[in-house]
Amino acid sequence: MTKRYFSLIALAFGLLVGSLSAWASEGGEELAPAGTNVSDKASLQRGAKLFFNYCVGCHSLKYVRYSRMASDLGLSEDEVMNNLNFTGAKFGEPVISHMPAEGAKTWFGKEPPDLSLEARAKGVDWIYNYLNSFYLDPTRPVGWNNTVFPNASMPNPLWELQGLQTAVHSEASPGHDATIEKLELSQPGRLTPEEFRGATRDLTAFLEYAAEPAALERQSVGVWVLLFLAGFTFLAYLLKHEYWKDVH
Amino acid sequence: MAKAMERLGNWFTERAPGLMPLYRAHMTEYYAPKNFNLWYYFGSLAILVLVNQIVTGIFLTMNYKTSALEAFNSVEYIMRDVEWGWLIRYMHSTGASLFFVVVFLHMFRGIMYGSFKRPRELVWILGMLIFLVLMAEAFMGYVLPWGNMSFWGAKVIISLFGTIPYIGHSLVEWIMGDFLPADATLNRFFALHVIALPIVLLLLVVLHIAALHEVGSNNPDGVDVKHGPKGNRWDANAPADGIPFHPYYTVKDLVGVGFFLIIAAFIIFFAPTFGGWFLEHDNFTPANNLVTPSHIKPSWYFTPFYAILRMIPSFFGTAIWGVLGMFGAILLLALLPWIDRGEVRSVRYRGLGFRIALAVLVISFLALGLVGAGVTAEVIPEWFPHADVTTWENAFGRVMVLGYFGFFIFLWVYTHFGFEKTKPVPERVTTHD
Repeated sequence: MTKRYFSLIALAFGLLVGSLSAWASEGGEELAPAGTNVSDKASLQRGAKLFFNYCVGCHSLKYVRYSRMASDLGLSEDEVMNNLNFTGAKFGEPVISHMPAEGAKTWFGKEPPDLSLEARAKGVDWIYNYLNSFYLDPTRPVGWNNTVFPNASMPNPLWELQGLQTAVHSEASPGHDATIEKLELSQPGRLTPEEFRGATRDLTAFLEYAAEPAALERQSVGVWVLLFLAGFTFLAYLLKHEYWKDVH
Repeated sequence: MAKAMERLGNWFTERAPGLMPLYRAHMTEYYAPKNFNLWYYFGSLAILVLVNQIVTGIFLTMNYKTSALEAFNSVEYIMRDVEWGWLIRYMHSTGASLFFVVVFLHMFRGIMYGSFKRPRELVWILGMLIFLVLMAEAFMGYVLPWGNMSFWGAKVIISLFGTIPYIGHSLVEWIMGDFLPADATLNRFFALHVIALPIVLLLLVVLHIAALHEVGSNNPDGVDVKHGPKGNRWDANAPADGIPFHPYYTVKDLVGVGFFLIIAAFIIFFAPTFGGWFLEHDNFTPANNLVTPSHIKPSWYFTPFYAILRMIPSFFGTAIWGVLGMFGAILLLALLPWIDRGEVRSVRYRGLGFRIALAVLVISFLALGLVGAGVTAEVIPEWFPHADVTTWENAFGRVMVLGYFGFFIFLWVYTHFGFEKTKPVPERVTTHD
């Protein structure tokens, strides 16, 4: 009787988690899975290199300290200070962009957001797809547009890696506006499309790490906690069994 | 050693003669029916979660900053710079959601086995008060991280009071202490969340247990062991089908605690946001009164009641009906002992009508949860591309509102006019010797 209950509950719980998380991650438009792996240190290091070469000019990571990042990513103080820190910040200070807020408003129409929590606010799939979906659009002030985030103020920061994409529109018919069918690479960049997807995956993984540095730690701690609890529950069960021998 | 312990015990007994009798009355000589099943774990689990919330809450307040300017940053500080801060916060946030899981199951048990019925009406009423305070506690706690969903959730929920005629608007300003949720709101919610409501909650829990132990626990058979034959191995006057709460149920509950902690640990360490259900994406953006989240919705545990609010239309020029419906949904639960006139407690011996009605209650409650969480609004266009979403969502949601309220109306008619055909209730619990 009890066994049947437990297996039913375990099954219901599994179904619930599966279906709810599937629903929650869909969030409307179709997004390709980012396929990031935050426990892959090499990927995080490559992502950090991209971030500090292409993003930090405008975007801060105000909750991420250089020192914490160094120890989490397996980098030395010298490596971080010589290769990633271009602002002259001290090792223990957070990553703050040097872009003046007022200037940014004039140049882009809005202040570039802090990206510390972007991966948790938007989801990693969103970031990965966003980075891959820029196309040339002469109607926009900065000449760029994005299919994942239409009318984004940011021009494609990685254009020299990706190359230039242009939109292929469907035929407009009466009652139906032309829609974007796909994006085409009209001028190749320094990376092949395959390499570029890998690079944006690394960058997304780095932002995923930045949004939750504890993610590196919690899973490895969690395994031990679960093992302990399994042992504890087993002992508690034996104890209960022993005490209840005389209850009929 | 044993002698020293005995002397220490005597020392206390001489100075506090009430302590040992209290311990005996509630632990070693509190005789609980021996046929508790899985559904009887959730009471002790609720206490476990309450303790978890208080202990982790104390550590969170050591680093949290109660200020609209600093609150969001201080939560990230806890997540990143405080030693094990992430674990403490995830234990607190996961605990909040699991508190409601446990309490919902605990309440369902009470309805299913008729634990709210005579002579346990007071136990049930105290439990409903705990539920109300718990909802206020959870709502105010949700506001404290001062994310964008905290802000907009607070704005929407507090605005509900604005539907009250004449005094509504002044009442809303009075609650917020400003024209929008702001620093003043955050500070008063912090005071209520960490001091006022926890004290009330603890007092109510003590009264809930005291009231229960006065009349004795119900059980899956719904028979009163106190009225059955007397005499067991421990006491000639105790119920024959009762066993001492300690050690029998303390060791049994320990197994429940183990299973529960495994589930909780899995969430805390491997899925702390639970796919956006326990910690929402929009709450990782700081509060901003100029940017509205695309879907403002309350935490999952409020969604059934929120759906009742949304599904009941405004008429006579006021939106108060939805608010009344939402609070009415909770009030009706509290009135269950007087709505249900049936003599038989447990679903095992009740009529088919009750079983069906109970299933309808559960289905409509869960379905309303999906409506309130915005799941239906996303699923309908996917499954039926040409359907008008609002029309279909309203139709579905309103049927479920009828299902929820229908349970109480049906139950009163069914039991008051004697339509229920019950099965014979056994004299003693079914597992007796």
